[in-house]
Amino acid sequence: MSLIELVDLSHSYGERKILRGLSLSIDKGEVFTLIGPTGAGKTTLLRIIDLLEVPGAGEIFFDGKCIPPSGKQRLEIRRRMSFIHQKPQVFNLSVYDNVACGLRWRGEEKGRIAGKVDHILEIVGLEGYKNRNARTLSGGEAQRVALARSLVLEPEVLLLDEPTANLDPVSTTKIEQLISYIARQRNTTMIMATHVMSQGQQLADRIGVLLEGKLVQTGNAIDIFHSPQNEQVAHFVGMENIIKGVIIANDEGIATVNTDSNAIQAVSSYPVGKEVYACIRPEDITLALSSIQSSARNSFPAKITQVTFLGPLSRVETDCGFRLVALVTKISVEELNLQPGTEVYATFKATGVHIIERQAS
Amino acid sequence: MTELWNALTKAIELLISLDPQVIEIAGRSLRVSGTSCLLASLICLPLASLIYFHHFPGKRALINIIQTLFSVPTVLVGLLVFVLFSRAGPLGFFGIILTTKAMIIGQMILITPILLGFTISALNGVSKEIVDTATSLGASGFQTVWLVLREARYAVLAAVIMGFGRAISEIGCALLVGGNMRGATRVLTTAISMETSQGDFELAIALGMILLFLALIINIVLNRLQQR
Repeated sequence: MSLIELVDLSHSYGERKILRGLSLSIDKGEVFTLIGPTGAGKTTLLRIIDLLEVPGAGEIFFDGKCIPPSGKQRLEIRRRMSFIHQKPQVFNLSVYDNVACGLRWRGEEKGRIAGKVDHILEIVGLEGYKNRNARTLSGGEAQRVALARSLVLEPEVLLLDEPTANLDPVSTTKIEQLISYIARQRNTTMIMATHVMSQGQQLADRIGVLLEGKLVQTGNAIDIFHSPQNEQVAHFVGMENIIKGVIIANDEGIATVNTDSNAIQAVSSYPVGKEVYACIRPEDITLALSSIQSSARNSFPAKITQVTFLGPLSRVETDCGFRLVALVTKISVEELNLQPGTEVYATFKATGVHIIERQAS
Repeated sequence: MTELWNALTKAIELLISLDPQVIEIAGRSLRVSGTSCLLASLICLPLASLIYFHHFPGKRALINIIQTLFSVPTVLVGLLVFVLFSRAGPLGFFGIILTTKAMIIGQMILITPILLGFTISALNGVSKEIVDTATSLGASGFQTVWLVLREARYAVLAAVIMGFGRAISEIGCALLVGGNMRGATRVLTTAISMETSQGDFELAIALGMILLFLALIINIVLNRLQQR
């Protein structure tokens, strides 16, 4: 049985609709990542799950029980969860008191509080900071206090709202490691909102894509990143190449998609005449100076229009009748001397093409 | 100018010599205003939290009224207490008119709007996220209020200091319901007023300085307390 079940949730702030008829169930021990652009409704959804807000419509079940919109039961259930906010809000108290407050509120015995707090501060690496006022800490340290403050409660459900959004890369890595350590050790049910794709991919058992208040697609990382259900999801998960076309042939599951200038071969069961988008992830495209013999069914002559360095990888934009973006290692760019104007062959497999039905608009 | 200088030396003289009459008056000032401020705080801090954390129709209007009452003339409050507690008044049976008890009640009424208004704005200064964080960490309603009051402690303390300041410096109410009776209800402000009317400006100014000195001590003590 699922631990948390949301049924047909809708919520508005004034005229603005934030959630539109959202249903979701989360199993015990599951790590669920909610991805979506800013303003999609992720924070609102987490706030509703944490019972900080009452949804405009719909029902929430916790452990099979329907949660009333007010009353003592909400506090009891809230005490089984913990919510880490995007911007860590530490209280104007010592680090120790910050971490201890949740336990005190639950009426935990003094001696046990001390032991638990000391232990958790050690885990998050803040054991020397006990008596410091939490307001004097850096952003990363404050987030670790917030994390410790939640984890010390040993919640059944941990809700995380973009826990690393405001942090530097080093702090981000630290926080991510802590979160996955906790997830594995305690079998905590986690729901994490993020707009960072890699974070979603790394930790999650299941991912949900939230767009404009609707849960558009849920599935594992491979499903979401390689088989997005529609154009919006494809855009959001980094399918940079989304090419309009029509299926003109389908030979035992290998479809030929006619674009304005080329024909792309793709694995798809859609019938002839279907209007579709062919989606190709930029990292699935290889570039070569001459036509190469390979099993890949698609290889087009292309002209490079732009090269952008992105650290270890480079983003190469080409024109092969349609715009095609490839991600290439920096070494390849240097060895092949890729630059605007260079003529290359862009090659990708039929299995690397994901076909989405075009919705009549 | 010489009057000011003489007053200053006189104030120091009175303080150092521990002039029994001055000590008695200053002590009564402190007792009356300190008690009224303490009692009013005990009522107003929870009441202000209640108003801040609850949404009800007319809340805005209530806060406007509270803020308007910051300017209530002390003599008007005195008059109200006098009418209520005078022998013939509805609460006359208490028999407290012309005692320090009546003065304390008057000053409590006087500073209640200040304590309420400034505590509400102190709580307003605590971000909504702090309240949410406390709630999501499992604080009950009461626990959240207590935490938020602690978060706002500097501003709340400022409200209390303001209230005390208004209480110890007012004269209208103390004079009207206390009567400036020697050895019974005379406080610093009523004494200053009396000395002025009798032409002893030096003593009047010296007493004024002593009042400010007391306020300074109170401020220092409260600030120390808050930093703990």
